[in-house]
Amino acid sequence: MTAATVDGSPAAAPEEKPKLVVFFDRIDAYNNLLLPFLAIVSALIVGAFIIGLTDIDRLKEGDIGGILTTIKDAYIALPTGALGSLGGISETIVSATPLILAGLCFAVAARSGLFNIGATGQMFAGGMASVWVGFTMDGPGIVQVPLALLAGIIAGGLWGGIVGILKARTGAHEVITTIMTNYIAGLLTLWLLKTEAFQQPGKDNPVSKTVSDKGRLPELFFWSDDPSLRAHWGFLVALGGAVFMWWLFERSKVGFELRTFGSNADAARYAGMKPATLTTLAMFIAGGLAGLGGATQIIGTQGYATESFAGSIGFDAIAVALLGRNKPVGIVFAAFLFGILEAGGRKMQLETDIPLDVVLVLRALIVLFIAAPALTRLIWRLKSEGSTSVLQFRGWGA
Amino acid sequence: MSVTMPTTPSTPASGALTYEEKRHARNLGIAYIVLAGITMIFLTGHSGTATFNLDGGRSFGLPAQPLAWFVAASLSVVAGIQLWRGFGKWTNVVLAMASLLIFMSFLSWAAAGREFSFIGMLASAVTFSTPLIFGACAGIMCERSGVVNIAIEGLLLNGAFTSAFVGSIASGWPGMGPKSGFWVGVLAAMITSALFAWLLAWLAIRFKVDQVIVGFFINFFVLGLTSFLSSRVLTENPDYNDTPTLGAWKIPLLERIPVLGQILFQQTVFVYAAYVLVVVFTWFLFRTKWGLRTRAVGEHPRAADTLGVNVLRLRYRNVIMAGAIAGFGGAWWTATLGRFNENITNGRGFIALAVVIVGRWHPVGALSAALLFGLFDSVADKLSLLNTGLPSEFIKMTPYLMTIVVVAGFVGRSRGPKAAGQPYESQ
Repeated sequence: MTAATVDGSPAAAPEEKPKLVVFFDRIDAYNNLLLPFLAIVSALIVGAFIIGLTDIDRLKEGDIGGILTTIKDAYIALPTGALGSLGGISETIVSATPLILAGLCFAVAARSGLFNIGATGQMFAGGMASVWVGFTMDGPGIVQVPLALLAGIIAGGLWGGIVGILKARTGAHEVITTIMTNYIAGLLTLWLLKTEAFQQPGKDNPVSKTVSDKGRLPELFFWSDDPSLRAHWGFLVALGGAVFMWWLFERSKVGFELRTFGSNADAARYAGMKPATLTTLAMFIAGGLAGLGGATQIIGTQGYATESFAGSIGFDAIAVALLGRNKPVGIVFAAFLFGILEAGGRKMQLETDIPLDVVLVLRALIVLFIAAPALTRLIWRLKSEGSTSVLQFRGWGA
Repeated sequence: MSVTMPTTPSTPASGALTYEEKRHARNLGIAYIVLAGITMIFLTGHSGTATFNLDGGRSFGLPAQPLAWFVAASLSVVAGIQLWRGFGKWTNVVLAMASLLIFMSFLSWAAAGREFSFIGMLASAVTFSTPLIFGACAGIMCERSGVVNIAIEGLLLNGAFTSAFVGSIASGWPGMGPKSGFWVGVLAAMITSALFAWLLAWLAIRFKVDQVIVGFFINFFVLGLTSFLSSRVLTENPDYNDTPTLGAWKIPLLERIPVLGQILFQQTVFVYAAYVLVVVFTWFLFRTKWGLRTRAVGEHPRAADTLGVNVLRLRYRNVIMAGAIAGFGGAWWTATLGRFNENITNGRGFIALAVVIVGRWHPVGALSAALLFGLFDSVADKLSLLNTGLPSEFIKMTPYLMTIVVVAGFVGRSRGPKAAGQPYESQ
């Protein structure tokens, strides 16, 4: 465990430097900028090979130029589709919003030394709670929306807290319990969506009642009449979540204890901190963030719950948190990148016939090159420079 | 002399129970009381006789209500004995008997006044459990040597994709029929999954990337790649996604055993292979030099290294072999459905991980756990036909809840290999 994990700043900020320089000194350019950049480039290169080698018709004809054009078109369609128009930007934000919150969820737990892969289940819990508040209440939006978000935080937090309590009381490993609670939450959601209390009347498929317009998060681009601009204030909520995480770990006493516990559980114990409380608290906060993500997905993006509203967001969030190095700012940028891939991927699919699934491959490769900095350094012939390990699995032990 | 001695020196006398053992005994007693209550309140609700069909036109009937009362009463008695003095070495046997009683009472409640294909349910339980057995054996092989394998899902999925894809292409080769082509596909599945497993080992050992993260990477990557290839290559060329399904291969003589024959010996080759694998793997793990070394490396790599075992090479070898096993297991989907669909494994690899843990990192334990999980799958399947009003989601949930109960150690703790997940550096 290196000390650099705390804030990544080797310099102690001498007074005579101007503020801007100090600010740039605080950024660990090598680990926070260069390596992620190279990881993305490496992923795109491997992705290009995958796109090229699967173009069977052109390969048979030996049309190498055609293949290169396809790859070029695809990689141009990705950014232009995501950022080239207001609609694209809106879609990027829609994709990035839950990823930010779920990524924060993973990061909060990770910096407290816990491997929380239960964001999916916690999103289900939060989303279902908020949709229930959303369709049962009929008050003014200024009351109802915060209540629905709060319900999401609490439900997600409790769902995560269960895992924390299990870990604290019995030592049950959180990797296993979160995988299991993900499935349980998914099945509970499916069941709830078929009950009278939740199911939309007159529907056979598991779809919940709709949240009234007043109960929805307001549109982000409120000045525009275009209904296809789906981005909503959930994005601001997500940014608020990032600020909260920054405050938690950089400014609060609890965060300091969580951080200490995360980097050295024994030291924390000797210093008189309570591991059981910290574990439960970390999982509660993490679950609350994911629950908030589920809530924004429901009362922001969809307006109703389906059996798959959490989708693969909970798992993608792991990648987002890794890419963002478990730091709030990094996570916001990483979620944006993933949002760009998602929104741009849809345009790419339309224009070049390359399936959207290539985005999954690119994401996985980015995770690989981020998680294995030694591999990235080897490929790009870089020298090692104080890399920080993200999180170390400590075995199944009790 | 030895015949009259009831306790061997290795097991502590009943007076010398540890705190944890006492807690487990108490929890088990409470669990029996809860189950008795549930049986009394819920399972006595349906009257009528449930008819369970066996093979060859035979059947047996169970009256739902009297059975439920009987089970509730026996569970109360068992709970009393458990809390009062415990069952000693019979604890697990009693638990198994009690579970069987509850299960039968539950089935009678569900099928009261109707007919129910008992044997069909058991046979499909065996079928459903097959990929879990392969996945779990792969997991055990990795983890026993100290490498955590979250990537079982990805390795199975790759096996399913490759066997369908290569199998379809190979059946078009000169001198190849669909059948032999299928087996070429299975071989390809084993090789490619072994390559992915090698990637796991390489990243985890050479670059010391966290093993859980590498596992997730492989899951993501395989899911993305197979979905991508499926929509880019397979949908445009349906010929590349068309293999024969594997029919049942009835074992002569054995298949004629009443009841058991239809459950166990009228299955596909994959089912038999799973059982052979469990037997061979158990023998190798606990009776050979390789097994001893594997377990040593998983528990205490430093000690094994000191004694001259090449820790890293053994880990590489085990992980690669595990990949081949998982690849073979993945081909089960192709053999069953004759084609590949996106995300066809649908999380079975994670269930296999649960099977590893509930089975306590032992092949035979994993086999039992896999059968149990398969049973829950097939019960959920059959109950949706009976329309009992009990949502099938809750039955599907049971294995996951059970896994949590086991890892939390409410009734006996499941402990993994000590060095699992930790990179090793020889000095």
